Amino acid sequence: MKAYQRKLDIKNGCVDLSHGSGGRAMAQLISGLFHEAFGNEWLARGNDQSAFDVGAGRMVMTTDGYVVSPLFFPGGNIGSLAVHGTVNDIAMAGAKPLYLSASFIIEEGFRFADLKTIAESMGEAARTAGVHIITGDTKVVERGKADGLFISTSAVGIVPDGLDLSAENARVGDHVLISGTLGDHGVAIMSKRQNLAFETEIVSDSAALNDLVAEMVEAGGAGIRLMRDPTRGGLAATLNEIAQQSRLGFHLVEEEIPVKPGVAAACELLGLDPLHVANEGKLVAIVAPDVAGAVLAAMRRHPLGRDAADIGEAVADDHHFVQMATSFGGGRIVDWLSGEQLPRIC
Amino acid sequence: MKYADEFRDKEIALGLARAIRAETHPERAYRFMEFCGGHTHAISRYGLEDMLPKNVRMIHGPGCPVCVLPAGRIDMAIRLSERSEVILCVYGDLMRVPGSQGASLLKAKARGADIRMVYSTIDAVRIAEENLEREVVFFAIGFETTTPPTAVMIRLAEKKQLSNFSVFCNHVLTPPAMQNILESPDIRNIGRVEIDGFVGPAHVSTIIGTAPYEFFAEEFGKPVVISGFEPLDMMQAILMLVRQVNENRHEVENQYSRAVTRDGNLRAKEEVSDIFELRDQFEWRGLGQVPYSGLKLKRSYAKYDAEVRFGMNELRVDDNPACECGAILRGVKKPVDCKLFGTVCTPETAMGSCMVSSEGACAAHWTYGRFRDHQQRRAS
Repeated sequence: MKAYQRKLDIKNGCVDLSHGSGGRAMAQLISGLFHEAFGNEWLARGNDQSAFDVGAGRMVMTTDGYVVSPLFFPGGNIGSLAVHGTVNDIAMAGAKPLYLSASFIIEEGFRFADLKTIAESMGEAARTAGVHIITGDTKVVERGKADGLFISTSAVGIVPDGLDLSAENARVGDHVLISGTLGDHGVAIMSKRQNLAFETEIVSDSAALNDLVAEMVEAGGAGIRLMRDPTRGGLAATLNEIAQQSRLGFHLVEEEIPVKPGVAAACELLGLDPLHVANEGKLVAIVAPDVAGAVLAAMRRHPLGRDAADIGEAVADDHHFVQMATSFGGGRIVDWLSGEQLPRIC
Repeated sequence: MKYADEFRDKEIALGLARAIRAETHPERAYRFMEFCGGHTHAISRYGLEDMLPKNVRMIHGPGCPVCVLPAGRIDMAIRLSERSEVILCVYGDLMRVPGSQGASLLKAKARGADIRMVYSTIDAVRIAEENLEREVVFFAIGFETTTPPTAVMIRLAEKKQLSNFSVFCNHVLTPPAMQNILESPDIRNIGRVEIDGFVGPAHVSTIIGTAPYEFFAEEFGKPVVISGFEPLDMMQAILMLVRQVNENRHEVENQYSRAVTRDGNLRAKEEVSDIFELRDQFEWRGLGQVPYSGLKLKRSYAKYDAEVRFGMNELRVDDNPACECGAILRGVKKPVDCKLFGTVCTPETAMGSCMVSSEGACAAHWTYGRFRDHQQRRAS
């Protein structure tokens, strides 16, 4: 006997409340859409949890939520973003990400076709990053109770021996390395917001950085003090956090900070500072001076670190300021973003 | 970035910095007020103060329309947004501006008011067309630069026969505010205003031209140099002011000649004078009531005037008595001289006008320049 009387109508159908009810419709959605997209041995066993073997060493765990609007943007969608963001949180510990969970909160009326595209992007992103989505959950809420789709994720990974990256580890004299151009993701998203219709070729930098991190760890070992991915609040927020946690300051050189001309132009137009704009495929590494050259070279050899740059250094500063020599020849603070990132009008 | 990087060239900047250093007399002080928030932002963001000699001091003026909007007008807008039929369209910068008792449009929105952030006046008209059963109000603010777009939008609404669209008008004028800085009665309380010249507005002057400043330069004996917003524009304008001071001249000079003419944009001025008229006075946060400094819609356009349409009552809220904005806006005090600065008043919890928007004097100092206070303290 067939498990389901009718196939899911992916092309024309949409999610309704029955797909979150625990009944046959939900089972069909999970097996017909998610298992198909994520395809792995753990999900195939159909349990409410998945068992896996743990190797020796320290593990890391993280959790994250995705509510991006619009769901589809140049360079990705909420699904690929969820995998990349979660993998990166693990990778910033220098760790190798292993397994992910994903929980979907879906608004009724959400089109199967969109859900399939998103799930397939997640599957693809996971395969590229070498991780597996091994457990998940699906809930459906009434129309108006969620903006299309929210995704929550968790992940575990394993830390190589001898590595202990943490935000309080930066020391005076350390170098600040970034893996590439800043602000691509934030500007790509903003360009698609409905009330901000401007044309741009900027594509989100959304990408999994674990492979790049592995190369960096190989080159720099314990000389890498810490890594962070500068997402919301941009590089400015990330460095201010590190300055506070490591109780020192930073000196940056604006001319060394790579920003794509299109991103710079969009920021100019909107009154934004690229240092405050979100990234989803970039990392900041604080690295001991004796390995900085080797780590930077390793980054530049990797496709995701081609534009990597050494942008400044950690300095002694009781006020924990992030300062910058501007390319114009003056100096200024790089402060946290205040409030929501809103454009100026004049 | 083409047509922008050329105005941010480090080598030319260093050349101008050398010229300023060479031409300033070490024994005298050069205190220049840049009127516009855009200028303040450029000074801070590019670190211009580091490139000027110690005796050239820039005083950040009141030229940020978001900063100078008084709490009472914000309260009026919040009250309006609480009406269930109203969709209030605002520029993003306004969302966090504090009204009375910590209220803001951002908080009103969180409580359920239908407040939409728009990037252009056209968006507000579009929202009105899409929501014919609702009342769409555009919260219009800004100096002479943003008034013509509001005028154009009112014309557009008229043409489209939109009966659900109106404007809460808070447009203000630059020359009366500059005058107020030098001659308001408040000055008696804060001491002498020590300003040797003005960096005149950039975008505002593209509309009104340079002519309106001529009376001002003559009457008060202060040089005015109209300057663009790019950092090289600023450096050049400062050099031009230094020369005027050295030569005891007080003229209106136009550094921003690539965009500004003596007469300005005639078409825009005509549109504005067709639709708007002067208010007897208008309140500025930090400056108080300034005579003939605000615009309202003419009676013939009353149906587009939200204040008439919804019978909005004028609300007045006193500024915090400890706030030194009035003295800071006139260059008599620096942000660090204010007891509230950096303690209870920060960009996250702005109390005075100078902290409200990133272009305000205190916010710019807090965000970009704070480190200098500690350097100075260490040095002394």
